[in-house]
Amino acid sequence: MKMLIVDDSLIVRRKIEREINLPEVEEIFTAHNGQEAVEVFKTYEPELVTMDLTMPNMDGTECVKKLVSINPNTVILVISALADQATAIKAVKQGAYGFLCKPFTESELNEALAKCIAFCNELKG
Amino acid sequence: MIKEISEKDIEVFINGIKYYFRTSTNEDIVVETPYLTSAKQITVDDYTGIIGISGERKGFVLVTASEEMLRHLVLSLGEETATQDLIHDVVGEVANTISGNARRSFGPGFMISVPMVLQGQPERIGASKETNGYVIPSRWNTFPFQLVVALK
Repeated sequence: MKMLIVDDSLIVRRKIEREINLPEVEEIFTAHNGQEAVEVFKTYEPELVTMDLTMPNMDGTECVKKLVSINPNTVILVISALADQATAIKAVKQGAYGFLCKPFTESELNEALAKCIAFCNELKG
Repeated sequence: MIKEISEKDIEVFINGIKYYFRTSTNEDIVVETPYLTSAKQITVDDYTGIIGISGERKGFVLVTASEEMLRHLVLSLGEETATQDLIHDVVGEVANTISGNARRSFGPGFMISVPMVLQGQPERIGASKETNGYVIPSRWNTFPFQLVVALK
């Protein structure tokens, strides 16, 4: 499975990439803002995306909408510091599958991604 | 001085900074007594991450720390080498995480900017003279650092 990590923080992108411990994830791409994410998404067609919300040059909310419009079957996990419920609900309404709040532990990350992968597999039938 | 931030507001940020370090590094920080200061009296360390606040509240949140502390923090987050890029990035990410987490208490009307990171000692932080902020002196491991919250 191909996965795209979108976050404007280098240290967060590297942390997510390093801590993923799921054999289903075979190839990982990264982007540091929404605009770059759309380009990478079109080129490599990842099935799974982790998405930050507060980013320059197209924020995560806008980017979720774009990615879902390109491929409605994309499974997106929003990973953001914005901890209020309204933000999580909005992200899900716009097409994200789940929400993980920063800061997160390695086990929280893998647990959230495992649920996303299970949902990806359900979509594939 | 006009009192712009309540004690309850400060608690939100103290809990936020404690939670960040406990979750990310498995180590607790020590928080000393916060004090009120004016924008012109804010002193910064080697690196400063600043988040602008807009919407229902106006102001900024900043985290300022020494390069030595940030180098140790980067390593503690799992990196093998603390490069300048990572040191620069991590101080902004700490400020971003604490500010974003504050929305759990303040709601979605508490809008945060992307982080801006300053290196070295700017002449002043870009805040109006009338802006007052609370300095929250803290210590992670043996390293002192400061969280400053200035809100209207």
